[in-house]
Amino acid sequence: MKPDSRFNTLVKSTKDVNFTLFGEVVTAPKGSTLAAAILSHSGDAFRQTETGALRSAFCMMGVCFECLVEVNGNPNTQSCMILVEDKMVVKRQVGLRQIGICEND
Amino acid sequence: MTNYDIIIIGAGPAGISAASVAAYAGLDVLLLDEQPDVGGKVYRNVKQNDSKQNWFWSNYSSGMHLVNAINCNKITKYFRATVWRVEKNKRVIWSHNGESKISTASNIVLATGAQERPFPFPGWTLPGVMTVGSAQILMKSSGIFPKEAVLVGSGPLLYLVATQMIDANCPPKALIETQTLRMMMNSLIHLPLALLNMKSLIKGFMFIHKIKSAGVPRYKSVSSLEARLNNKGLIEFLFSHKGIKKSLKTKLLLIHQGVIPSTEISRSVGIDHSWNTSQLSFQPIVDKWGKTNIDGIYIAGDCAGINGSASASLYGKLAAIKILYNTEKINFYVYKIQSLSIRINLFFINSIRLFLDTLYAVPEEVLFPSDDTTVCRCEEITVGQIKLGLNEGIRGVRQLKTSIRSGMGLCQGRMCDAIVRNIMLHNTSQEHTTILAPKTRSPIKPITLGEMSKIKKD
Repeated sequence: MKPDSRFNTLVKSTKDVNFTLFGEVVTAPKGSTLAAAILSHSGDAFRQTETGALRSAFCMMGVCFECLVEVNGNPNTQSCMILVEDKMVVKRQVGLRQIGICEND
Repeated sequence: MTNYDIIIIGAGPAGISAASVAAYAGLDVLLLDEQPDVGGKVYRNVKQNDSKQNWFWSNYSSGMHLVNAINCNKITKYFRATVWRVEKNKRVIWSHNGESKISTASNIVLATGAQERPFPFPGWTLPGVMTVGSAQILMKSSGIFPKEAVLVGSGPLLYLVATQMIDANCPPKALIETQTLRMMMNSLIHLPLALLNMKSLIKGFMFIHKIKSAGVPRYKSVSSLEARLNNKGLIEFLFSHKGIKKSLKTKLLLIHQGVIPSTEISRSVGIDHSWNTSQLSFQPIVDKWGKTNIDGIYIAGDCAGINGSASASLYGKLAAIKILYNTEKINFYVYKIQSLSIRINLFFINSIRLFLDTLYAVPEEVLFPSDDTTVCRCEEITVGQIKLGLNEGIRGVRQLKTSIRSGMGLCQGRMCDAIVRNIMLHNTSQEHTTILAPKTRSPIKPITLGEMSKIKKD
């Protein structure tokens, strides 16, 4: 079962962007960090570790590296450190980043 | 490569205060911060939230004049700019939009602030467990508020965030506090000095009063913490209160155990550090101006020892005033008078610190977690595995890293180093004061080899 968001969205935004989150098209306020956008939609894990343990955003300030997701094909992206953008494709990261599949390297 | 009079790393209260003082006296400033906007954690999104400041209390909106002060053409500023190398010769390498740049300056002010103290217990890695600070960042920057959250731990931020949640009509389900009666007794000796910062004491009492009158249940002196995730995605939180096992179900468990200085950059440059025995953390050794053992590198704010945002802003100003005097931008009398008035202010603000440090002391359970607790989150290493390694003859942190990989993950030890050291020192009956601060090396934040190879040489 997919857990609901663990947060209430209290401030409605006037400008939204659309992005694909774990295979589903969702909206998020422009200017929001990607991690915040994910948290407001889902209470589910952001990634799975090498051993299969579930992890989500933890510190929201770029210290813990738990909020890693695959963004537009780039794995190991800290979602708390980037802003959500229109047409972004965000996938759950399963296991360690694989060498050779990063588009921008 | 661009040359500046000052490069300031970190745009929180210390960094922006230093930048505005220096820039208004005519120096060219480069201000770098890895967050999306100015303000640091404490004044995050203060501009955007101005109309709804009632959630965040007056101290927050006071950051407005600070963040406005950096709109000055002498300040070149970059956000989402990650500094990954600082050198003794005052060369700074930083990454912005996937490109690394080199900047140089005659002076550097490190104002990198603080991070929350890692608070390990079984289950602290689960989705649904976040830090209290992270929740506050989400409230300020994204307008999303915790749903029926349980707050666990200790420290002023716990009460501040609980109060903000109550004001936003999303009150916490419970406050579970690790503070003990003994900690309260120990703090009394520091209370007379703390009375000099009456404003903060009163604010603290107002927070606690608000939490009480909102009817939020509080459990004190709790121990044996454990979180589990059930199949509905809820966190089941187990703890021991007055000898009785209790459990609470919650969507979100927010944990906090105070903050510690972010010293990755200062340690990597080779600045001397010492162990702060009341705050239980390493901090750089600085003089009263924030000057370090490396000529031209200054440190200001919480990254030099935790004193809070009001203090950080003043330390930022002091460092800038010293640099202005050294570069003959201000005369001796301005230098003396300005710094004296700042120091008097600092004396009053900082007088509360020892009281707070003892009142919200770090419990044993956090310093020495149980064997089944994951201590290195990145590499998934438990306390038990560390102890086993030590018993098998591993000596020192470096051997621990290479043999069992604790501290070798992407966070570069930010989440585990302190605890791993506690366990190691305890095992060998050593004290933190007898060992050197852990080394950090550039790149102090991960960047790709591709990006590194594209840095242009001068």
